[in-house]
Amino acid sequence: MHDLTFPLRTRIALIAPALAVFVAFWLLPLVALLQASAAPDGHASAFAAYGAVLTNQRYLHSLVSTIVLSLAVTVATLALSTVSGLFLARHSFPAKRLMVALLTFPLAFPGVVVGFMVIMLAGRQGLIGAISARLTGDKWVFAYSVGGLFVGYLYFSIPRVIVTVMAAATKLDASLEEAARSLGASPWRVFADVVLPALRPALIAAGAICFATAMGAFGTAFTLATDLEVLPMTIYTEFTLNANLATAASLSLILGFVTWAVLALARSMTGAAVAATA
Amino acid sequence: MSARTAPRRFLTALQFALTLALVAFLVVPVVMSVLAGITVNYFRGVASGLTLRWLTEVWSMYQGSVWLSLEIALATVCITAVIGVPAAYVLARSRSRAARVVEELLVLPVALPGLASALALLSVYGGFGAFRSSMWFIVVGHVVFTLPFMVRSVAAVCASSDLGTLEEGAASLGATFTQRFFTIVLLNVRPGIVAGALAVLTLSIGEFNLTWMLHTPDTKTLPVGLADAYASMRLEIGSAYTILFLLMTLPFLVAMQWLGVDPAGARIARRVKTRKAAQNETPGVTSTSVEPA
Repeated sequence: MHDLTFPLRTRIALIAPALAVFVAFWLLPLVALLQASAAPDGHASAFAAYGAVLTNQRYLHSLVSTIVLSLAVTVATLALSTVSGLFLARHSFPAKRLMVALLTFPLAFPGVVVGFMVIMLAGRQGLIGAISARLTGDKWVFAYSVGGLFVGYLYFSIPRVIVTVMAAATKLDASLEEAARSLGASPWRVFADVVLPALRPALIAAGAICFATAMGAFGTAFTLATDLEVLPMTIYTEFTLNANLATAASLSLILGFVTWAVLALARSMTGAAVAATA
Repeated sequence: MSARTAPRRFLTALQFALTLALVAFLVVPVVMSVLAGITVNYFRGVASGLTLRWLTEVWSMYQGSVWLSLEIALATVCITAVIGVPAAYVLARSRSRAARVVEELLVLPVALPGLASALALLSVYGGFGAFRSSMWFIVVGHVVFTLPFMVRSVAAVCASSDLGTLEEGAASLGATFTQRFFTIVLLNVRPGIVAGALAVLTLSIGEFNLTWMLHTPDTKTLPVGLADAYASMRLEIGSAYTILFLLMTLPFLVAMQWLGVDPAGARIARRVKTRKAAQNETPGVTSTSVEPA
C-alpha cells in the first residue's frame, strides 16, 4: 500500500490535471444542466417538472418509440452478428481476413455518414429503389422513414457486435460441442444448450452497448430527417427551434439515465466477464 | 454419420451466405458513394462519364473544414496525452478505492449521449463569447469525451509491464521520480500511448453529436460540413465530400488494423486484461465507444 517510490503527493499531482478538466468541463456542466432541467416554469418542484415532461404526449411518444426502435435494432443485430460471428470464428478460408477487415471498417463512420449510406441504399436515387423499380415497377424508397432509421442503426451496430462475438467465440471450448454432438444432440440443441449459454455474457455486453448507442444516435436521424421523432431529434428541436432549455435538459438527462442504467445493468449481470470481452 | 454431417454442411453454407450478405450491406453503399462522387451525373449513371469536378468543387467549398478538423484532432490528442498519460499511470499503480472511483468517473462522459454533454457545456460556457466561438470550445468537448480512451489504453499497458519492480530498481540506484517517469514509465507505455492516440484521433475527426451543438458558422468541422452538404447539396457533392472523409480517416484505420487496435482502443486492453483478469478493475461495458452514431 505505502509505496515508497510513489508517494501520495505525487499521485495527486499527476492525476489532478485530468480530474480538473473532467470536473470543469463535464461534471460542473452536468450539474448545471440538472439545475436547468429542474428550474420549473410554474412547477412546484423538480419532481413536478419531470412529471410534466413525462406526461406530455409528444415527449412520451418520442421516448417510447426510441426505446422500441433501439430494442428492435439490438435484437436484430445480435441475431445476425451471432450467426456470422460464429462462422468467422470457426472457419478459416482465404478471404477471411479481408472479410473481417471489411466488416469492421464502418466502425469509424460518424452517424451522419451512416445516414448517407442509407440514402445511397434506400433513398430517392438509391440502389434498392432502382432494383425494385426494374423488378416490380414500383420504386421502394424508405430511407426517410422508420425503416431507414432501422437500417442505419443496423449499419453502425453490426460491426461493433460482430467483433465482440468473434472474440468470445474463439475462446469457446470446442470439446464441449463435440461431446454434445457425439451424444446425439442436433445442431440446434448444441447451439441452444452449449454455444449460446457460453456466449451469453458477451452477448449481454454487446447488446447493452448496441442499445445505448442506438438510444443516443443523433447523426443518422439528423441526416435522414425522418418522420419518426426519436429522442435525440426531439431534444435538438426543443433546444434550437423552441429555445426550450429546461425541456431539452430534462429530456437529455432522461436519455442519459436510460443509457447509463442499461449499461450498469449489463455490467452487474455479467460481472467480470464483461470486462474481458467488451 | 453422413446423415448428420449433411444438415451441418447446409447450415455452414447458410452462415457463409449471411456473412457475405452482411459484408455486401456494409460495403456496397460505400462503393456506390465513391462512384457517385466521381460520376458526371449520378442520376444517369456511370455511363455519363467520370469526373474529378465534384471533388475539386468540394475541396474549394469545404477545405476549411478539413483543416479545422485536423487542428482540433491534433489539439485533442495532445491534451489527452498530456493529462491522460500521468492519470493512467497513477490509476494503474494505485490499488485504493479512491482510484477506482476516479476511474469510474472519467468514463461517464462516454456513457452519456453526446447531445446531453454538449447541452451541459453550452449551459455553463455558452455565454463566454470568445471561448464559445473559438475552436477550443469544440476541443474541450472532444477532450472530455476521448480522455477515457487514452487513459484506458495507457493504463492497460502500465498494468501489464510491471512498472513497480522496474521503478523500485531504479529508485534503489538513486533515480529521482522525474528521471524514472521519463526514462522508464514513458518508454514502457509507448504502445499504449500510440494505440490511445490513434483512437482519439479517429474519434475526434468523426465526432458529430457533440460537435453539431458546439459549432458556430466559423467553426465547421468535417462531419458538420458533411451534414450540411448532405442536406443542401446535390448527391454528387455529398458523395465527393464522403470520399474526402474516407481518404482522411483511412490512414488511421490502416494503422489501427496494422497495430491490432480497434477504433475504441479496446483490443490491446483486452489482450492485457486476460493476463491480469484477477484484478478486474477497468469498467467493461463502457469500454467500447458508445459515440460515433
